[in-house]
Amino acid sequence: MSTKNWPLWEIFVRSKNGLEHRHFGSLHAADAEMALENARDVYTRRNEGVSIWVVESKHITASNPENNGELFEPAQDKVYRHPTFYDLPDEVKHM
Amino acid sequence: MKNENLYNYLLGIADNSLVLGQRMGELCGHGPSLETDIACTNISLDLFGQVRSYFQYAAKIAGDNRTEDDIAMLRKEREYKNVLLVEQPNTNFAYTIGRQFLFDVYHLAFLAELQKSTDLTLSAIANKCIKEVSYHERFSSDWVKRLGDGTKESNQKMQDAINDLWTYTDELFHQTDADKAMVAEGIGVDVTILKENYYKQVNNLLEEATLEVPESKWFQKGGKEGIHTEHLGYLLSDLQYMQRTYPNMEW
Repeated sequence: MSTKNWPLWEIFVRSKNGLEHRHFGSLHAADAEMALENARDVYTRRNEGVSIWVVESKHITASNPENNGELFEPAQDKVYRHPTFYDLPDEVKHM
Repeated sequence: MKNENLYNYLLGIADNSLVLGQRMGELCGHGPSLETDIACTNISLDLFGQVRSYFQYAAKIAGDNRTEDDIAMLRKEREYKNVLLVEQPNTNFAYTIGRQFLFDVYHLAFLAELQKSTDLTLSAIANKCIKEVSYHERFSSDWVKRLGDGTKESNQKMQDAINDLWTYTDELFHQTDADKAMVAEGIGVDVTILKENYYKQVNNLLEEATLEVPESKWFQKGGKEGIHTEHLGYLLSDLQYMQRTYPNMEW
């Protein structure tokens, strides 16, 4: 069996109800249905999940690491964008 | 042994899962792709888990000092009661899938009936196993369709596998003396009533997969009575090697 032509899929798993789907990894499969089954076997066999999303990798648009300077560096010296300059009342817990 | 029929009945069910589990386990590290390799070994582990439930119960019924491991590892070839289908080798991936599919359709229908057993331990085991086996059946059916309705080469390989394995399907619906006794007591499943629906379901899927339903009406039998094909001895020598070489060894 040749798997050379199988496209790559990105796998997102929700580990508990109420939590978000997180990226778990990627695998090869011939189509979405097979990607789901493969993801079930590869990523959830130790009880890691309650829901799986699969997305063919080619549909993901990624930022280019070469542009990291203009995309991310300007945020490094803007501490005032973090809400750390307020005094929290004691009554507010879990922030 | 007081409950000899029940003991033999349990072995008849469990040996199918044990031998098929060993066959699927052989693919660990040898599957056609990383993903299918893991899928096949997952199925193997599901089956071994089921075997443990049956053999623990059988060991309790035997009432002597034998353990689940003794039952699994220390019997001779003629004492294994699995059907011939499950011991057939992994000739290629189409055979692996064909064997799995032809067994899964039966296994699922069997467990659905076993859930109604008057023996509460057995119905509880069936209840647990049926979810795993539903997935096995989904996996193997999907693959039969993919290979059958795939390329000319995959279709041919899948067809060859189905043609060769077909002769082992009828045995699934044979009854041993222990089977008959257990059916009479409301504990066992009357497998003869599963046959019609089995072939209907299998034939439908084969058609969907653009495969031909074999016409052969000549079927092999014997596994349930301990008369096996030449493949089982080799499988057992792998399975039993560790216990035979280092008796009473523990993990």
